[in-house]
Amino acid sequence: MSFLPSLGQHAGFIWAAYGVATLVLGALIWWIHFDARRQRQLLADLEAMGIRRRSARNAASKSATGGKAQSP
Amino acid sequence: MTQIEGTFNRLANPSRYIALAGLVLPWLAGATILLFLAGLYLAFFVAPEDYQQGHTVKIMFIHVPFAWIAMMGYMVIAVASIGSLVWRHPMADVAAKTAAPIGACFTFLALVTGSLWGKPMWGTYWVWDARLTSVLLLLFLYLGLMALWQAIDEPSRAGRAAAILALVGSVNIPVIKFSVDWWNTLHQPTSVMRVDGPAIHPSILIPLLVMATAFTCLFFVLHFTAMRTEILRRRVQVLRLTQVDAAGRRTGAHT
Repeated sequence: MSFLPSLGQHAGFIWAAYGVATLVLGALIWWIHFDARRQRQLLADLEAMGIRRRSARNAASKSATGGKAQSP
Repeated sequence: MTQIEGTFNRLANPSRYIALAGLVLPWLAGATILLFLAGLYLAFFVAPEDYQQGHTVKIMFIHVPFAWIAMMGYMVIAVASIGSLVWRHPMADVAAKTAAPIGACFTFLALVTGSLWGKPMWGTYWVWDARLTSVLLLLFLYLGLMALWQAIDEPSRAGRAAAILALVGSVNIPVIKFSVDWWNTLHQPTSVMRVDGPAIHPSILIPLLVMATAFTCLFFVLHFTAMRTEILRRRVQVLRLTQVDAAGRRTGAHT
């Protein structure tokens, strides 16, 4: 603890403010990161089952036929 | 004007947005980390004690950015809500929806760190004055918007209802900003964004601005990431509907 600056008689309030901020922002960052991973995984699973969006299907068929496929 | 609209429309394309976010986010996240390291070093090892508040001025380095970003986050929602109501653009809904929980966290932190600063300086954690009460109202507005998005299943209907609530609630932003001028309050008056320049010494102002920039970058890192995730969530919903539709057609063909 010696590398930390001395914060006087109100140190408890200062560390509590920084502690709460770290906890809340840490939880927010974790939740947003976790949600992003979950949605990517769900999308990958659905696509692995052969279920694709219409635009993705069109793009795939277009590249397979050398750009001659028409939109439905 | 047409060129600006064209550029906006290109950026507002969800697939282009995902590609662009993939390019921008690593750099923005890196800048955020560097700014936090610099800001915390300046706040704890360089900035002097305040002649009146002593070491508790260190709470200002996080409290003031939280309060600024709480208001900025709501302005992001208000601008996106205009985009949602006027142009009916789904990306505007995505921007508004994903900014709400992030803004709510920053508002909550502004209130908590303000209380923890208020107790040693004012002798109380809370007073029902205009500034504190209007910021509490801002937190309730954020929570109300989040609840509204959860309550309506269809995204475009939820987007319109939330946009109307967000625009009505935006009247609270100037009330927060000018509350310390309009009413008697324990809260100190504006000391940075003043017509006659900041009233804070540069030795404290510079760490504050570095920390504010770091938190602003963090807000946008989280917001851009959450927007990308929301686009993916909507794609997952569409694919699930496609899956159910295909299963229904197969069942119909067999019977």
